[in-house]
Amino acid sequence: MAIDFQNYKTLIIPQGGNLRDIKAYEKQGGYKALKTVFDARESAWTRENVINEVKTAGLRGRGGAGFNTGLKWSFMPKPDGGKRYLAANGDESEPGTFKDRVIFEFNPHLFIEGAIIGAYSIQADAVYVYIRGEYRSWIRFMEQAVADAYKAGYLGKNILGSGINIDMYVHSGAGAYICGEESSLMESLEGKRGYPRVKPPFPAQRGLWGRPTTINNIESLANVPLILNMGAAKYAEMGAKTHPGPVLYGISGHVNRPGVYEFPTGMLITDLIYNVAGGIRNGKKLKALVPGGSSTPILRADQIEGVSMDADSLRTAGSMMGTAGMSILDEDTDMVDFLYRISHFYHHESCGQCTPCREGTGWLEKILKKIKNGDGEMRDLDLLLDLTTQMEGRTVCALADAAAWPVRHTITRFRDEFEARCRKSVFAIA
Amino acid sequence: MQINKIMSYTFDKEDLKQIDAIKAKYPTVQSATMPVLWYAQDKFGHVNAEVQHLVATTLDIPESHVHGVATFYTQYYKKEMGKYVLDVCTCFSCQVCGGYDMLHYIEDKLGIKAGETTPDGKFSIQEAECLGACGYAPMLQVTNDVYVNHLTKEKIDSMIDGLKEDKLPEYEEILPPQLISKD
Repeated sequence: MAIDFQNYKTLIIPQGGNLRDIKAYEKQGGYKALKTVFDARESAWTRENVINEVKTAGLRGRGGAGFNTGLKWSFMPKPDGGKRYLAANGDESEPGTFKDRVIFEFNPHLFIEGAIIGAYSIQADAVYVYIRGEYRSWIRFMEQAVADAYKAGYLGKNILGSGINIDMYVHSGAGAYICGEESSLMESLEGKRGYPRVKPPFPAQRGLWGRPTTINNIESLANVPLILNMGAAKYAEMGAKTHPGPVLYGISGHVNRPGVYEFPTGMLITDLIYNVAGGIRNGKKLKALVPGGSSTPILRADQIEGVSMDADSLRTAGSMMGTAGMSILDEDTDMVDFLYRISHFYHHESCGQCTPCREGTGWLEKILKKIKNGDGEMRDLDLLLDLTTQMEGRTVCALADAAAWPVRHTITRFRDEFEARCRKSVFAIA
Repeated sequence: MQINKIMSYTFDKEDLKQIDAIKAKYPTVQSATMPVLWYAQDKFGHVNAEVQHLVATTLDIPESHVHGVATFYTQYYKKEMGKYVLDVCTCFSCQVCGGYDMLHYIEDKLGIKAGETTPDGKFSIQEAECLGACGYAPMLQVTNDVYVNHLTKEKIDSMIDGLKEDKLPEYEEILPPQLISKD
């Protein structure tokens, strides 16, 4: 399936200048979806209908896991009179990912509108927008945008005369990768160390402050007004069938024109690298691609022919969509150094709660450092692979898996480079 | 850096008003721990043990809890830092675009290593994990605030010259290539 990407009109990246100014956003038809929903909430846009529309549209979470957003909303239990929350995940800490900040900076009200509609659908009283602490400039943009939305009557008490009250608060992280994990994010919002929680109970049952909570990625929520404006049927036709809609592709590494680009899902990887991002720098050849943030398995250049950026195609190719933060590596990249740096990251970011992760990430880094420095032995490679299987699936959250996958796949897919750095393992034979 | 510098850490009336506003955002006082630590760090430049004590007593929560939170998150400075902290990203997107070259250039220029502070207390250097600016690598962040993207040695030189005169680098707006402007 070919996408006419050259004539694609972006929906999240604004056409018509920066839309951070609420007036500019409204002039472009902003907050129309919200008004329609609140006007017709007794008839057409009941909460159930909004949830069904988002479910039918097939919107899958843009934070990495790719779960159906509408379906996630439908997990919220019936109201019991107590508080309910929506948490918007703008932690954006997966290395290679830098897309939500484009929404904060250039189209924050699209997200705010989507979050209000989401909060209405799941009957949440408040939305907590969690943004990584490093994004201080973008936190300021968001605080201003939220204040403007309050002033315009889209947030607060009795929104647009509907009798519905929804508050929105911006919360700054303070430097912890793990807080992008949804239960860790909730712990952090509760003012604690970001230790992931054991599931069940799931957030919809017991989330923020013990109350029903849904956590959605910023980009996922920004898609909600688009769905309501164009209709679920039309949205579902955009891009890949099982993974539709527009996506912000964050392209970085050795390309001529890196940056955040918006296209439908299902874009050919080769189109994105060569036609969108201008090809590999300095006339070099492509060596490898990390398709969706550091934890998604690396693909060799010969593995990407005909592969498109959507869950199914990438799974067949042996990787994952993740956050669509694509890192492109040229032929000169040293895969041993590269993998060592990724393992250093995961060791640094392991919260330390579970032994397989706390110890495992440390050993991965230590052994890779030894290999990087030329002191490795051939058997260390198999030791590393053995370690990864002992980490995966044995911890509270997926950080151990995220740390193990790059090691396993980089070694198996570039084994010759690792072997070239290792000595033969010598055993005494006499 | 002066050691045992005598400094009393207190929140004044205006601070307490701001802290009350922070508390009002959350259903529990404990949730204010992070934003109040941020508030304190903006005021005092760090959150050492004494500041942690002040935050705990102000919020009336256990000091051990505040200490636990402060030590979990890397952006809180648990000790006094230089006036300008340069967080140089070396995570993999920056690594493959020369992040370490930039880090080492700054280390040589200031005569200190990552994790250290210049004797005059003006600069600290840290090696940072991914800061979410992968398309604009290599890059660094100045004291938990403004990002300086597309680093070159010349750009670092002029940035450090500026900081020596307390001139902070300006925020760089990087437009997405597809953003169509009004005109």
